[in-house]
Amino acid sequence: MDVKADKVLDCTGLLCPMPVVKTKKAMNDLEVGQVLEMIATDPGSIPDMEAWAKQTQHELLVAEELDGGKFRFLIRKTH
Amino acid sequence: MAQENGKRRLAMIASKGTLDWAYPPFILGSAAASMDWEVAIFFTFYGLPLLKKKLDAAVSPVGNPAMPMKMPFGPKAFQKINWPIPNLLMANLPGFESVATSLMKQTFKNKGVPSIEQLREACVDLDVRMIGCQMTMDVFGFTKEEFIDECEIGGAATFLEYAADADVTLFI
Repeated sequence: MDVKADKVLDCTGLLCPMPVVKTKKAMNDLEVGQVLEMIATDPGSIPDMEAWAKQTQHELLVAEELDGGKFRFLIRKTH
Repeated sequence: MAQENGKRRLAMIASKGTLDWAYPPFILGSAAASMDWEVAIFFTFYGLPLLKKKLDAAVSPVGNPAMPMKMPFGPKAFQKINWPIPNLLMANLPGFESVATSLMKQTFKNKGVPSIEQLREACVDLDVRMIGCQMTMDVFGFTKEEFIDECEIGGAATFLEYAADADVTLFI
């Protein structure tokens, strides 16, 4: 999906629960409708981000594994 | 179930103060608050010192038979070795606990796990309610001044009143 991110958050090298904690904080700085791109290396980050999006009701547009053990997420702030 | 404000609620009791057991309440607390849940942690008995301004949580492998003893340095294969150290030796070797504590802290740091201080700070930032047990303070001789400013003091009734409406309740 080709969506332009309004802000990029680097969570590489961080383990649970920091990607989720930092994502939450980064979302606070966005306006409704804006998109955050988050990059993580935590192997548990895909299920964690899916759960996080379900609970916070923000829209998880992309959750994908990249080369080199990285994971990329695009999240749209909905409220 | 959710609160009147639409939020889910997590109520936890932190009853243990060693480094290994200090992690779960702060990890779950910061994660839940990051998911927009309301969170309170009641710190009681050995968990109470986790509210001290200066944290000194240590870990003891003594009587902790499942705890892996691993080295945080050297080649990967070396780091994976689980050192079989008999309890009798650990209990009698002066300084073993501080060695075990620094090994665990270094291993956690190398892997990207935040320190207890960082996790507690995240909890404070995310408005996690932290309640120190009044009775434990009296028994062990703590004063409110020794604890972080963001905590409050309460008793069993304070916790239960909050937990009565919780979606998830954990005793750690």
